[in-house]
Amino acid sequence: MSDSAIHISLQQQQAIPLDVQLQCQTGELLALVGPSGSGKTTILRAIAGLYQPLNGHIVCQEEVWQNSAHHVFLPPHQRHVGLVFQNYALFPHMTVLENIQQALYDIPRQQRRDQAFELLKKVHLQGLEQRYPGKLSGGQQQRVAVARALARRPKVLLLDEPFSAVDQVTRRKLYRELLSLRQSLAMPMILVTHDLEESTLLADRIALLHKGEILQTGSPGFVSAHPQTATVARLMDQQNLFTAQILDHNAQTQKTRLRWRGIELEASYQPQFPVNERVCWMIQPANVLLHRRDRPSNGDKENPMQGKIIEYMESNGLAQLLVEVDAELKINITINVPLHVAKRNQLGLHENIGISLLSEGIHLMPHQALRREV
Amino acid sequence: MDWQALALSVKLSLVTLIFLLPIGILFGRWLAYRQFLGKSLLQTILALPLVLPPTVLGYYLLVVFSPNQGLGLWLANTFGTTLVFNFEGLVLASIIFNLPFAIQPMQRAFASIPREIREAAACCGMKPSQVLWKIELPLAWPGIVSAMVMCFAHTLGEFGIVLMVGGNIPAETQTIAISIYDKVQAFDDHAASVMSFSLLLFSMLTISFTYWLSERSGQSHV
Repeated sequence: MSDSAIHISLQQQQAIPLDVQLQCQTGELLALVGPSGSGKTTILRAIAGLYQPLNGHIVCQEEVWQNSAHHVFLPPHQRHVGLVFQNYALFPHMTVLENIQQALYDIPRQQRRDQAFELLKKVHLQGLEQRYPGKLSGGQQQRVAVARALARRPKVLLLDEPFSAVDQVTRRKLYRELLSLRQSLAMPMILVTHDLEESTLLADRIALLHKGEILQTGSPGFVSAHPQTATVARLMDQQNLFTAQILDHNAQTQKTRLRWRGIELEASYQPQFPVNERVCWMIQPANVLLHRRDRPSNGDKENPMQGKIIEYMESNGLAQLLVEVDAELKINITINVPLHVAKRNQLGLHENIGISLLSEGIHLMPHQALRREV
Repeated sequence: MDWQALALSVKLSLVTLIFLLPIGILFGRWLAYRQFLGKSLLQTILALPLVLPPTVLGYYLLVVFSPNQGLGLWLANTFGTTLVFNFEGLVLASIIFNLPFAIQPMQRAFASIPREIREAAACCGMKPSQVLWKIELPLAWPGIVSAMVMCFAHTLGEFGIVLMVGGNIPAETQTIAISIYDKVQAFDDHAASVMSFSLLLFSMLTISFTYWLSERSGQSHV
């Protein structure tokens, strides 16, 4: 069976530290996510052959692009790579059509024009063939860059923060276009981004990078809900991150009990953590339920607590609340509720409310010191 | 008007350009893109003709070219040729004193091309030589042309080095700048003023052309 995936293994200590093992299947969109300086773009450049890490082994669709052990290093022009640069890097002295044709020089001349027109149609840029890049909007430039990358008939498509240079309205439009375009692309696709929302929206899988090392890979939803460590949880922007002590495990009820600052909590059964051991735990805002004042429900029984709203923000149809559950210990929990629910319950600053932490949503991780210890 | 001297000056300038164009592109590009040990030392040496009095540079070239010793002696023994007081020597001296005027603007022109654009070209499948022809040279062209124009004008008006290395031999090494000096010495004020005015006019044209070119390149494709 032929292997149409890309396999990447990079290690080096010097200059930019890297310790990376990755693979991406054909048709899969993998997002490299991490804070600035975590090595995302360096990995992308190494795949394209624009950067040569000390120890590297890159095999794409069974073609060896780099094998440091055997001193193999294919220069960029010999790798079939489609790379969309952060600022698009269009050739300013060439028209849109000429820009795309530059990546088509390995096919006969008469086919080049047809191919370029076809690609322009694919990215919805018909009619702009003769324009120069300087006369295009940011969104149009990005589409030209995507078309040029695809013109290369790449074995891997690399996208380096391709949405960072456009406004939000255009960005949403380009997201939709990429999602529909990728259905027709039979190649591995790797997206570099520092935007978690973007990676959740677009990627099948994310690889979370920190200081040149991959901390965890998995579907965006899974990594958010089940981070392996508190560092991952923090990088995934999880707000409700705390430490606690394991009290006991009950196989029958499938529950693990914790003591958190004098409060007993019930979590789902996670017996891999020994009794009495200290752990980190987190809960996603979506797993914190708001008690309805008029009609208490069953879920209210799970880890109920009372608190006061000390921060209230509305955005995108959601109300994000910061709830102080213990003023003395300064324990705050972030919760999200749909805006209409917030309105119906007349939530607002300084209101007292009841909340429940769903035990299924409490996720335990090995203990580590937290900077914002509560 | 000393047409012979003018013709010689123009010939010297053109021949100098033929050599300087590839040298400038090669060195300018190399200095723009590569980091290496001793780069700043090399850049300092290349910039020397900008600040050295032309007579000082001319004196050293005269010493080096002298058929009595070193390089000059070797040239005389091996090829039976000499580089002082003839046109070939003048060309070589002219290339050397124009090096910074050719290399520096070209280096700036190459350095101003964003790295990503060159990398994008490589990712499109272009070999380094294709990247040079199709991307770098067209984008650096205004800088290259203005460097060439400046070198042309500079050579046309150069006096000190030409006099030191070439002397003042009509039809062989007497350029227009030297001819003006000659005419003044001979109290031929009319000829001197005609030639001086011609050079002044030409210099102004040159400078306006380079300004126009750099403004145009700033506006194009935007």
